[in-house]
Amino acid sequence: MEGLTLSDAEQKYYSDLFSYCDIESTKKVVINGRVLELFRAAQLHNDVVLQIMELCGAKRLGYFGRSQFYIALKLVAVAQSGFPLRVESINTVKDLPLPRFVASKNEQESRHAASYSSDSENQGSYSGVIPPPPGRGQVKKGSLSHDTVQPRTSADPQEPVSPVVSPQQSPPTSPHTWRKHNRHPSGGNSERPLAGPGPFWSPFGEAQSGSSAGDAVWSGHSPPPPQENWVSFADTPPTSTLLTMHPASVQDQTTVRTVASATTANEIRRQSSSYDDPWKITDEQRQYYVNQFKTIQPDLNGFIPGSAAKEFFTKSKLPILELSHIWELSDFDKDGALTLDEFCAAFHLVVARKNGYDLPEKLPESLMPKLIDLEDSADVGDQQSEVGYSGSPAEAPPSKSPSMPSLNQTWPELNQSSEDTAIVHPVPIRMTPSKIHMQEMELKRTGSDHTNPTSPLLVKPSDLSEENKINSSVKFASGNTVADGYSSSDSFTSDPEQIGSNVTRQRSHSGTSPDNTAPPPPPPRPQPSHSRSSSLDMNRTFAVTTGQQQAGVVAHPPAVPPRPQPSQAPGPIVHRPVDADGLITHTSTSPQQIPEQPNFADFSQFEVFAASNVNEEQDDDAEKHPEVLPVEKTSDPASSLRVAKTDSKIEEKTAASAPANVSKGTTPLAPPPKPVRRRLKSEDELRPEVDEHTQKTGVLAAVLASQPSIPRSVGKDKKAIQASIRRNKETNTVLARLNSELQQQLKDVLEERISLEVQLEQLRPFSHL
Amino acid sequence: MAVCIAVIAKENYPLYIRSTPTENELKFHYMVHTSLDVVDEKISAMGKALVDQRELYLGLLYPTEDYKVYGYVTNSKVKFVMVVDSSNTALRDNEIRSVSAGDWRTTPGWWMFRKLHNSYTDVMCNPFYNPGDRIQSRAFDNMVMSMMIQVC
Repeated sequence: MEGLTLSDAEQKYYSDLFSYCDIESTKKVVINGRVLELFRAAQLHNDVVLQIMELCGAKRLGYFGRSQFYIALKLVAVAQSGFPLRVESINTVKDLPLPRFVASKNEQESRHAASYSSDSENQGSYSGVIPPPPGRGQVKKGSLSHDTVQPRTSADPQEPVSPVVSPQQSPPTSPHTWRKHNRHPSGGNSERPLAGPGPFWSPFGEAQSGSSAGDAVWSGHSPPPPQENWVSFADTPPTSTLLTMHPASVQDQTTVRTVASATTANEIRRQSSSYDDPWKITDEQRQYYVNQFKTIQPDLNGFIPGSAAKEFFTKSKLPILELSHIWELSDFDKDGALTLDEFCAAFHLVVARKNGYDLPEKLPESLMPKLIDLEDSADVGDQQSEVGYSGSPAEAPPSKSPSMPSLNQTWPELNQSSEDTAIVHPVPIRMTPSKIHMQEMELKRTGSDHTNPTSPLLVKPSDLSEENKINSSVKFASGNTVADGYSSSDSFTSDPEQIGSNVTRQRSHSGTSPDNTAPPPPPPRPQPSHSRSSSLDMNRTFAVTTGQQQAGVVAHPPAVPPRPQPSQAPGPIVHRPVDADGLITHTSTSPQQIPEQPNFADFSQFEVFAASNVNEEQDDDAEKHPEVLPVEKTSDPASSLRVAKTDSKIEEKTAASAPANVSKGTTPLAPPPKPVRRRLKSEDELRPEVDEHTQKTGVLAAVLASQPSIPRSVGKDKKAIQASIRRNKETNTVLARLNSELQQQLKDVLEERISLEVQLEQLRPFSHL
Repeated sequence: MAVCIAVIAKENYPLYIRSTPTENELKFHYMVHTSLDVVDEKISAMGKALVDQRELYLGLLYPTEDYKVYGYVTNSKVKFVMVVDSSNTALRDNEIRSVSAGDWRTTPGWWMFRKLHNSYTDVMCNPFYNPGDRIQSRAFDNMVMSMMIQVC
């Protein structure tokens, strides 16, 4: 036989026919098989057929090899064209039409036509020429159109139509992956593909609309592994949801249960592209996981400890080794606990494993938890596939090192804490107690609902700074004279015992902590009387101005608030009005103040006032008061006394704010409002944090904070104002010092923290080696 | 380079031992076993209550004509033993490490043990791992294999 040259159309047609006839995929065509039928369909005389067979050498070989078959086809064409059958005619006859075979079945025809729809060049010629099905109806025309010509030994009778429409019906993704995993459940009644691939089926179907690759895939692929209960160990698994998702596919699976054939290139391609898809978590699944998470850990942003997770996943009855591997995959940050994302990933892996999927060696991208807790809130819901095939890009980047989440968690805390501590800035407040102050405080107490004792204090600074809001902080600030300050502060809140304790604490602290000594004693007033006079003035001023100021604020001594004490008692002290006892103790305890503050007598008066006033007062400034009180107390002793209390927090704030104040150089009372506000809200926050920092500034801050609450006196008394200004400046300097010291402490602590974290980081990178 | 890596529990039974397959594994098992004596000797010699990081790395335990054995012990007395080929000189830096305080971290031997320690910690963190079981973690396996191949 001379070589056979075929045109492209002929080549294709012949190959299709060959594949059609080569039902056994043996690359040989049985002579008694479809070839005969084919030739008969050519409507040639039997003799011609025999002659053709003889010519092509099939008779000689006993079978139709591909070349023989092609030659035979060519000869058929020749014969159909009317040319004499000669071996030479194979190549000599030009423009030979393609051999025609009458299709005996419409389905074949339609199928053939359909399968060839994509073959534009063959369209015309094939329309009516379809090899008759050998009566088996098993021909899968799809295969004919396959370039690879994968013959299908479809043993099972199949719907001829099924292959064509299978891509749309069946879930292509899951079968691919399942076949990949070599899971072919014998039965298929309860087969349910993982819900994950579900969403992708439609895209797959669309992608394969034209190609018959789907057929190939379909016919070849094995039914998905059984999914009786994709969550068998947990509560009722949402199999229903899964079922609803793929009702058609289930049916197809049962019908298209073909023996697995070699995966075509398309299949493989599809598998690789969709490999991640089975790991995608659908909405139903995710919701289910979240619900399960909630049963263990109600806080969605919290962690599930390892022990709880172990119990939970042990219920799945998977072997421990596999659970261990799942844990390794899903605990992304290796912290021994599972976040919501990690839990969902682990759950999904368990489900997959129970359904027969093999566990991956590394976590699929779609299951990667969102790293960086900062972004958790935004990314929780993003695990579902956002794009059809592509893995969710948001989850993809494992670029963040596993160590980052932990670090990032700590950094925000750092910032927050530093912010909390940094908010308050001290407000210089005169704390010179005096009769007038006390009177004013009393007045203020009665009158205003604002910080009681600090009202006068507040007034003062308010005059200066024209801020009315300073409450107790003002009192503190102005309470240079310890007695006054304390009296005022006492007047508005703290219990006497507490105050006393505060005072004692302050003293003790002063001895111990270097910071205690840092705040220098308030600059010796020229004369106590002088301050007194000024305080008197201020009192007057306050009295005038403070309609709202409480009498408690009388103690408005511009004394520098003493260093905040770390152990300052929390709010309770503040809230309680200062008792006379406390005042007395304070006064007595502050040696510096005693000489400086001949107002002790005033204190007694003040105490009376305070007692009377304090009881009356209950206000929002109660918080401030406590702060102010301690601040006052602390400020009075200045160097010696430290008010340990919640004011420590205030102090922190003041410390933070003090430098701000100082740096800003604004009016002393300018900052007060801020500390007040912050103090109010940060009181609770700082309470636990206080201990670390020196409270010196806290108290000051409290005092200062209270200042803004002081209603402004409208320049009633210039002298008083000026005096208060002077005092406030003094207070300012002291506060500034305090603040600087606190800032230094804060820096040290932060540096320590940073160094620790650096060390941690150093250890971490080892994993990258 | 590292032809054999072993993790020995506190009670001196192996939790994990892996050798390059080309070698006679039994020989390495013997070497590791005998090195345990040296490890114990070094541990007892320390005798300090406070064991800082540096002391975890025991350094060269003993050399043979073909191999060198390095040791590392954790705070929980879990020992990591690494057998390396003598022809490979990369681990010689561990001798230098003791000289200068700051360089001890730069010795590759130390880093390898750190990696081992980190991976071991990850295995421990797995709630499904019972301490005392053989380590069957795939991640740990992969890390060890990478070390054995990379070091080569």
